[in-house]
Amino acid sequence: MNLMVASLLAVDPLLDTDKWWWKVLAIVAAKVLAIFVIGLIGTMLMVWFERKIVSGMQNRIGPNKAGPFGILQTLADGMKLFFKEDLLPDKADKWVFRVAPFLAFVPAFLLWSVIPLGGDFTDGKDGTVTWFGETTRVQLIDPPVGILIVLALSSIGVYGIMLAGWASGSKYPLLGSVRATAQMISYEAALGLSLGAVLLMSGTLSTSGIVGGQDGIGNWNIVATGFIPFVIFMIAMTAELSRPPFDLVEAEQELVGGFNTEYSSIRFGLFFLAEFMNVITMSAIIVTLFLGGPQPLTLGGVDMLGFAGPFGGTLWVILKTLAFLYTYVWFRATLPRLRYDQLMDFGWKLLIPAALGWFLVLAALQMTRDKYDGLGPVLLAAALGVAVLFVAYLLFNAALVVSKRNREREGVAY
Amino acid sequence: MDFVVFILASAMVIAGALGVVLRPNPVHAALSLVLTLFGVAVHFVALGAHFLAAVQVIVYAGAIVVLFLFVIMLLGVDKAEDLSIEPFPIQRPLAAVVGAGVSGLLVAAIVGAKDTIPEGTPLGADGDQNIRALARNLFSDHVFAFEFTSVLLIVAVAGTVLLTRKEKKGSA
Repeated sequence: MNLMVASLLAVDPLLDTDKWWWKVLAIVAAKVLAIFVIGLIGTMLMVWFERKIVSGMQNRIGPNKAGPFGILQTLADGMKLFFKEDLLPDKADKWVFRVAPFLAFVPAFLLWSVIPLGGDFTDGKDGTVTWFGETTRVQLIDPPVGILIVLALSSIGVYGIMLAGWASGSKYPLLGSVRATAQMISYEAALGLSLGAVLLMSGTLSTSGIVGGQDGIGNWNIVATGFIPFVIFMIAMTAELSRPPFDLVEAEQELVGGFNTEYSSIRFGLFFLAEFMNVITMSAIIVTLFLGGPQPLTLGGVDMLGFAGPFGGTLWVILKTLAFLYTYVWFRATLPRLRYDQLMDFGWKLLIPAALGWFLVLAALQMTRDKYDGLGPVLLAAALGVAVLFVAYLLFNAALVVSKRNREREGVAY
Repeated sequence: MDFVVFILASAMVIAGALGVVLRPNPVHAALSLVLTLFGVAVHFVALGAHFLAAVQVIVYAGAIVVLFLFVIMLLGVDKAEDLSIEPFPIQRPLAAVVGAGVSGLLVAAIVGAKDTIPEGTPLGADGDQNIRALARNLFSDHVFAFEFTSVLLIVAVAGTVLLTRKEKKGSA
């Protein structure tokens, strides 16, 4: 039992004391509550932020009635949803129909628990901070397999969308959920392979360990892994979230409303909440993996938000996450939706091979760096890696050309 | 505490397994399988094997059962089956015999190996150590077996695609 608890809660100094157990319990409970409330309020603001930015980009005013700048619009919409009639279609699979929204919603919340939301990681410090006289991590749990929990939870989230569409007992939702499943399985591979590049650099799976390794902007994984895994991760993540331009799951022009067509009232509200909350958590995860999470941006060796003291890390996380949230909204406002065959081609023929090839080159470089000293062997390994990649690219291209010719020779297959 | 976790996780595993066998609707059966897989993941966590628990959820619950469901939905076989129809008469008694045989073998193996398992196998509290040991095993000591397995899987996939392809008449 001790083994289990010790390894699950890892190295939070708060839990490794002789303090009164109720005090520890109270702090952990407060953290849980804080994460829950921050998640809900953040989602509320995110919906408003998205509507406001999109309307700005389209020369409209956007929500402006409820509260200052319309900031309470989401609250008003949410309350309206609460009081609407909850419909259960006749042909629905009752039990699965009721469970599906929670399968989407709960993982979205749980994802928050492994993200380092602050803390001091500079100069090899371990990320603990002292707030109000207590030394602890600004993170609910820091398990040794942290980043795998993110992958596991996001793959559970797929069930919510998939089962919602199936259980509705109606054809458009079913089409939406079949699309969602195929899309998410396809892009999970590219996501995992680009994540592999980060893990190769960090040498650990724990999220606080990954942040701790990114000391100084040159060590941020976006630079250290050579930018390409970051781009692939970002694109694959957009597809996983089924955000535009990958929102085939709920393409209004083709599928009415997609997987959630038959949902109404609070059940629809849960899907909506989960979707926007996932955007925030996934942005925070990109920040953690590639941009150093709470690591500060320094100007002449001085933390630019140094005045915030122990809250500086949290401010950095918020700032960096906001940049990604803006990017996601920007994508939505500017990029047209992909066609289904384009989606599959892009995922399987471009993202997965590129992620795999880059991963192999990075692995070769890391291996050379571990075994030999000096710049020469590293350059040689890089040159060899690029040459192998080029040959692989030619072979891959040849295979594509041959398969295309065969398809044309055989005529339309469907 | 350990015992409570064990009981709860085992209850999950058994309930899920019964669901897989007894639910007439294939989608419900697949969901019961997810419950079983989660129960096994809880067992792994209780034993300190966090990596295995996470991989269990990612690979089995997150990919394999999702594919099952995908195929069930795509083919539209998600109708409840009438269990009283027996397309192949001998299979039920045969299943009982095989099931009893496998359980007998398992119990025999456990009873036989009870004395040889070292008590309290040392596991690093830091999960990274376990992952490193696992990686060294897979990618250096048994790298050829590992790679051959993946080649075998690729061959199986390519073979399936080739076998199910319909050759168009008159085009060759």
